[in-house]
Amino acid sequence: MRRKTRRKRTLTMNDRQQKALDSLTGVVEGIYDQLDGGEIPAMDLPLRSKKNIEFDGQHNVWTYGDLKTSRTAKTVNGAVMMLRTVYTSDFINDMIRDNKSSTLREMYYISEGWNNAKFHSQDESNLLAEDLETITGCMREDFKLRPEESGAHVYGDLNFTTMTKKGMKTMNCIDDVSEAGFAVPYKVEEDTFQIDPGTTKFIMAIETGGMYARLIENGFPEKYGCALVHLSGQPARSTRRLIKRLNEEYDLPVTVFTDGDPWSFRIFASVAYGAIKTAHISEYLATPTAQFIGVTASDILNYDLPTDKLNDKDIGALNAELSDPRFADEFWVSEIQAMLGMKKKSEQQALAKYGLDYVTDRYLPEKLTDMGVL
Amino acid sequence: MPPEDSTAKKTGKARPRVTANDMADKQQEISVTEFFEKNKQILGFDSRSKSLLMGIKEAVDNSLDACEEADILPDIEVRIEKVDDEEYHISIEDNGPGIVHKMMANVFGRLLYGSRFHALRQSRGQQGIGISATVMYGNITTGKPAHVISLIESDDIDRTAWEMDIVVDTKTNRPIVTNDKAVNWEGKQHGTKISYTIKGRYITGKQSVFEYLKNTAIVNPHAEIVFHDPEGKKYVFERATDIMPPRPKEIKPHPEGMEIGDVLKYSSNSAQKTVLAFLKNDFSRITDRIAKEITEISKVDGNKKPSDITREDAIAILDVIKKVKIMAPPTDCLSPIGDTLIKKGLMHVLDGLRPEYYATPVTRAPKAVNGNPFVVEAGIVYGGDIPSDSQVQILRFANRVPLLYQQGACAITKAISEMDWRRYGLEQRGGKGIPFGPAIILVHVASTKVPFTSEGKEAVAGFPELQSEIGLALRLCARNLKSHLNKMERKNKTHAKFEIVQEILPDMAKKAADHLGRPVPSLDRTITRIMNVVWVEPSVKKDGKTKRTITYTVYNYTSIPRTFRLHAHLPKECLKDLTLYSSPFFLDINDEGKANWEIRDIQPSANVTVAFDLSGDMADTFDADDIYFSGLNPVMVMGAEMLPGDWGIKGMEIVESADDYVEDDDEKEDQEEEDLDDE
Repeated sequence: MRRKTRRKRTLTMNDRQQKALDSLTGVVEGIYDQLDGGEIPAMDLPLRSKKNIEFDGQHNVWTYGDLKTSRTAKTVNGAVMMLRTVYTSDFINDMIRDNKSSTLREMYYISEGWNNAKFHSQDESNLLAEDLETITGCMREDFKLRPEESGAHVYGDLNFTTMTKKGMKTMNCIDDVSEAGFAVPYKVEEDTFQIDPGTTKFIMAIETGGMYARLIENGFPEKYGCALVHLSGQPARSTRRLIKRLNEEYDLPVTVFTDGDPWSFRIFASVAYGAIKTAHISEYLATPTAQFIGVTASDILNYDLPTDKLNDKDIGALNAELSDPRFADEFWVSEIQAMLGMKKKSEQQALAKYGLDYVTDRYLPEKLTDMGVL
Repeated sequence: MPPEDSTAKKTGKARPRVTANDMADKQQEISVTEFFEKNKQILGFDSRSKSLLMGIKEAVDNSLDACEEADILPDIEVRIEKVDDEEYHISIEDNGPGIVHKMMANVFGRLLYGSRFHALRQSRGQQGIGISATVMYGNITTGKPAHVISLIESDDIDRTAWEMDIVVDTKTNRPIVTNDKAVNWEGKQHGTKISYTIKGRYITGKQSVFEYLKNTAIVNPHAEIVFHDPEGKKYVFERATDIMPPRPKEIKPHPEGMEIGDVLKYSSNSAQKTVLAFLKNDFSRITDRIAKEITEISKVDGNKKPSDITREDAIAILDVIKKVKIMAPPTDCLSPIGDTLIKKGLMHVLDGLRPEYYATPVTRAPKAVNGNPFVVEAGIVYGGDIPSDSQVQILRFANRVPLLYQQGACAITKAISEMDWRRYGLEQRGGKGIPFGPAIILVHVASTKVPFTSEGKEAVAGFPELQSEIGLALRLCARNLKSHLNKMERKNKTHAKFEIVQEILPDMAKKAADHLGRPVPSLDRTITRIMNVVWVEPSVKKDGKTKRTITYTVYNYTSIPRTFRLHAHLPKECLKDLTLYSSPFFLDINDEGKANWEIRDIQPSANVTVAFDLSGDMADTFDADDIYFSGLNPVMVMGAEMLPGDWGIKGMEIVESADDYVEDDDEKEDQEEEDLDDE
């Protein structure tokens, strides 16, 4: 019976994949027609820079605005990118047909045989995959491309039903997992990944592994009905998508707990508002109601935390954030300016200054109560 | 001061007086030889390593001079053998005209003996001091005589060579000859070989014998030089050309720049009957009219015997010479290497560095200062494996002789340092000093009398006229370099477009057609839209050392048929095949080798090829990138330059008045992936 389900899956091409196939063929057709018509092939893409992100009031996330960049075969860069578009479309087409998938890194290596279309670095292949997303309105998961690293880890009393080698299986994220939690797969859409929120009352996304482990050891998730999501730096797409689904489909409040420095602010922004690089799919990935716990500049003062001096890069990043529309609200402007004023940054684990339990006994309950989560 | 003197002083005793007669007893002639023995550094024998080089340098210079005078393509073989830690046995053999038996001893064993001392002519060894000084230095340092063997050219069947051992008597400046005997020199037609033993040190690097011979080969591409180093390794600098440099002519002294003593010396030795005839015949550039003018103004009797010219007469004559207009000395006595041969020599010897560019060398017109004509030449080699992170290498030459020492004191170095090389694409701190970059700069100064800073002939002394000529030659050459660098930059840029239309678009069309299952579309119109130029693509096929096939593929990437001309300056002597003349596009070629082709009505999207073969020694001196066009708006052509105005040939007029050329509007690539540091 299980066997049958699996076979059925390989035979049917689902709608999303059919759409992806059609859109990619459309892109190639566009190029072909321009060549056939004696035109210089060109295509318009949204300008992918902070100059071109706008607030989407309907979804409460930041998405690309109307600024376009024109890619034309008049320049070598443009011509090469279009050639890659054709090759990549063809490659994805074959993958969908053969029901294969590849990592972005594998695609980078496969391009070795693509002559002039060869990718010279993995960044180039990643960017092209994103380009195809913006052109077709599909997601790279639909193209059967997956990132190298899987998503983050989840710990808390909730259940995921997901595809394993042995078919669909349900797992509790405390009982059925190791101390490190449940590893989030690269694709967390409903068709292969079902969620049961269990007793979970809210989500806390955590930047560092050290703090994630501290909270588990101190029994914080069990005590407060909290599911922890370890972001491990800038969160992968599937991590953000999972947080989004937990929030949107199960009404779980989302909080974000990071270090107190400019780079951590950006981690929060990509969870809550959407990342600039993936602004075309912000409505799938961003959780606009996510709240920032800290460490804030005010925390550094209020809790008298140990600090490090801001370096030149930090200061540059803070200044860049002041001109980033996503941070253009009262809270962030004052936090960023406060940090620039004191020229100091701090880490979440600096709270250990007051003992290992301080973060779970004092800091988080205080902050979460203030935020109305507890 | 002798010690007894001071004792005398201390004790207050009267010093014994030395009379003039006593002194006269001690006064004696110090021979030139003795003087030089005590002042070896004047001749350049001031260190062991330098001594070793100097001897070889003198011998090789003499050999080259002798071959040139006798119109023989020189074959020179230099061999260094180590005797012990300090002693080396050296031999230099040439195929020159040989030296007659009775002169051999004097040539090699007597300082300041030579035919050139009184001649005004460009030659390598200018004072005739060198080779005998080497023999002497060898004698002194090792006690061993030099051995010389020479065979003069003759039609006799049993030609006899003479050999002998020579020692210089330092007291009398006379050779002491032993073992003088006639021998049979097997297998030799003519030539001379000198071998001697000398105390020295063999080194490698910038001031080595190898470097000297290598540089000699650069400026003497007509010579073949073989070198055996002390470790038995053999190096061969092959002859790069069979063209002999023109033989420098002797000229009479030019009146400018003479001193009183010179006038008196010449006048007392003159064979002329009158002062007028003396002025006219014994100097260059003095005509009847000028001779008369000089005697009239100076009030010196033009009809008296030249030997009667007094000191006062000489002063008066020199005074007038400064005032009257006298033509500059004739310059045909100079033998510059010439741009083609400089390039050839550089290419031949520096080929291992695979330089990217040989800037067209510059030979300035001769100039004269103080009655001495001189000419300056310069060449620059750029790129390839020449190290780019150090100072440029400077190759200095005077009368075809490499200068390896005292670079800092040399007028050539000074001229290079004073130029702002940053304008020409080399790095230079503050626009002064020796520039940095992957370049080798060659400067050659040729003159009947090169002003050296010392007898060692290691550095050229500067005077303003020379300095400025070197500067001008360098600037011209540097301009060639700069325009090459600009051209390469442009080429890299435009080549990108070529890649788009030749590779990327066809690939794109094919892949898209495959993907969609449709026929591959024709790209002609798209390509015309992208390029909108006439494209000239040069290619060179090497076939051995002496054959090159040059092919220009001309693409019309514009929307209408085009008619225009191509021009190139070819090394004429290399056009041995009919390939040039049989091209349907070939028009004509002039005496200088400037060839013209006309391409008529080349259709849009069509291409044609213009090809020809070059063969011979000079085939590799032609740079295929030096292709020019006329008859088209310059903005419409890529890969060729517009025909320069100074070529002296008439190009084709541009026919279309209003070109259908549309300026490219969006060259710039949009900055798309700008600040994506977010994720």
